Amino acid sequence: MNVHEFQAKQLLARYGVAVPKGKAVTSEAAATKWAAQLDSSIYAVKAQIHAGGRGLAGGVKLTKKRKEVGPLAKSLLGMNLVTHQTGPEGRKVRKVLIEEGVAIKKELYLSLLIDRRTGRPVFIACPEGGMDIEELAKTKPQAIHKEYIDPSSGLQAFHGRNLMLSMGLHVMGPQVAKSFMGLLGNLYRFFMEKDASQVEINPLVITEDQKLIALDAKVIFDDSALARHADVLKLRDLNEEEKLEIEASKHGLNYVKLDGTIGCMVNGAGLAMSTMDLIKLAGGEPANFLDVGGGASEETVKAAFKILLKDKKVKGIFVNIFGGIVRCERIAGGIIAAAKEMHVRVPIVVRLQGTNAEQGRELLDKSGLKLKATTDLWEGAQSVVELTSGPTKKGRAA
Amino acid sequence: MSILVNKSTKVVVQGITGKEGGFHAGQCREYGTQIVAGVTPGKGGKKADGVPVFDTMQEAVKETKADTSLIFVPAPFCADAIYEAAASGVKLIVCITEGIPVIDMVKVKRSLAGTGVRLIGPNCPGIITVGEAKIGIMPGFIHKKGRVGVISRSGTLTYEVVKQLTDEGLGQTTCVGIGGDPVGGLNFVDVLDLFEQDPKTEGVIMIGEIGGDAEVQAANFIKKKMKKPVVAFIAGITAPPGRRMGHAGAIVTGGGETAAEKMKVLKSAGAHVVDNPAQMGARMTEVLT
Repeated sequence: MNVHEFQAKQLLARYGVAVPKGKAVTSEAAATKWAAQLDSSIYAVKAQIHAGGRGLAGGVKLTKKRKEVGPLAKSLLGMNLVTHQTGPEGRKVRKVLIEEGVAIKKELYLSLLIDRRTGRPVFIACPEGGMDIEELAKTKPQAIHKEYIDPSSGLQAFHGRNLMLSMGLHVMGPQVAKSFMGLLGNLYRFFMEKDASQVEINPLVITEDQKLIALDAKVIFDDSALARHADVLKLRDLNEEEKLEIEASKHGLNYVKLDGTIGCMVNGAGLAMSTMDLIKLAGGEPANFLDVGGGASEETVKAAFKILLKDKKVKGIFVNIFGGIVRCERIAGGIIAAAKEMHVRVPIVVRLQGTNAEQGRELLDKSGLKLKATTDLWEGAQSVVELTSGPTKKGRAA
Repeated sequence: MSILVNKSTKVVVQGITGKEGGFHAGQCREYGTQIVAGVTPGKGGKKADGVPVFDTMQEAVKETKADTSLIFVPAPFCADAIYEAAASGVKLIVCITEGIPVIDMVKVKRSLAGTGVRLIGPNCPGIITVGEAKIGIMPGFIHKKGRVGVISRSGTLTYEVVKQLTDEGLGQTTCVGIGGDPVGGLNFVDVLDLFEQDPKTEGVIMIGEIGGDAEVQAANFIKKKMKKPVVAFIAGITAPPGRRMGHAGAIVTGGGETAAEKMKVLKSAGAHVVDNPAQMGARMTEVLT
């Protein structure tokens, strides 16, 4: 789960991480009122959306004049911010963060995440802050330092010394060193206690008066652990999520919206992904990822049809079920009942395989519904592409 | 021969009195697996469909000499169940449960390191040695005793390839679902190594997906160590970056994690990479003839 920058900073501040004095507001008046309580040589007005690249997209404004804070907040609030991470449709700005600026001496990059290869937390550090780390990994990999933490012994002083050396902080005096060691400890404690999957501070700045401040912060939490963190769960912002995805999750369906025209309904995540790949291979474009889970009952199939059909781009539906423990004729019954009740108006191709697949196919054939049933995976994918885009496009065989 | 499990494997089911655990314990028995005990704290002394239930793993292992545990315990309590299994002396733990917090698995993985206890999963369909033991939730009947080993991060996609191998007449030796979570037990390299050493396995099908770099490590292993042919498929060529595709671990967050990049690395390592998942079995037939 993602949270906003202002929420991430509030959480980190509770763990002793220094952040700029700031507040999130939703109106010009509130922005002006808050600015009146600040006293700084520079002020930052930052759009709060769940996407990176806000600065480049014009979502972060700086001013030296306190009276400009209100108007700048107004200019951002309600705007549709398009960054390289939002997609072309952008995100509506509903909140802005008003902060005091700081006098920056040096900018650094610091993050903490789980390294999948070792299965351990890893600090990633770079002496160049404020840049895109992915980009930096390509252009200057030697500038990036990684420090792996053994979860049984936790963070140790030598990890801190290694990180400081890699970023050139060892020459900046004892105050910086002490603050940096403290910061690492606070971040590690936060990460492990709150089940974060990523904490990124970019930039981490050293101020002219030798303080370490998290000028920006991004935190992602492990969805599987949210049940044990009610305080984190409260920070979920449904405005930042796709409506159909929220609807799907209520039915226990795993749905991710894409841009194509062929809706997919599949049991199992790996098979669902491969079904999208097959549609593409056959010359079509998948409209979504949808895993109905192992069972695929009439109820889940009904809910899935409903969600697929709400996407106006969908011109055809490919149902791909591998019935293992669940028998195919029961799945076919569910599909028929759901399709009749839902008045599905786009062509449907159903591929059933596994236990009693033939009986399932016969039931579908006799249902009187306008659907094509098959037991062959590749044939199913080709059929749905053909029915959707007309017979002109021919899929290429692999 | 086969890898990891066979007809003499003795299995305890942790969470046998739950709906899933009970149902699948029955299915495994029906397949011929020796399910010798169940464990549910507080339900010791009872029987679950004829199988003796114990309060603790320690008791269950002492009484039945079980060497393997199959776990269906709900995610919030699952790390505890894995620790308990490891402490009881079983040598293999198969964890089906989906949705275990990643930090829990980070600690579990560290704790198992160097103990000799192997973990399969979590968030996986389990393991089956065809005709001998099914320790998991896969439908047994689609398998056919044969020549090919299967390793996969996915459930139903594995059934898909198993069915293809059966239809092709090749059949399978052992099929291992290593699971879809970011941090887990056995990885591709571990299982490829076992298949390479297994005299009955003539070729291996490996099913990967987006996210992480386990497939890239597998490619290095294939290049350096594997003599047996590997047919590989990577799911998620159409998956957008930064989005989680069902499995907790199926998300592209950095370089080298896309399906296209993994396919390229595997190809250059000498694996037979297919881009159509409907043709994995057929490709294996070509490779083995």
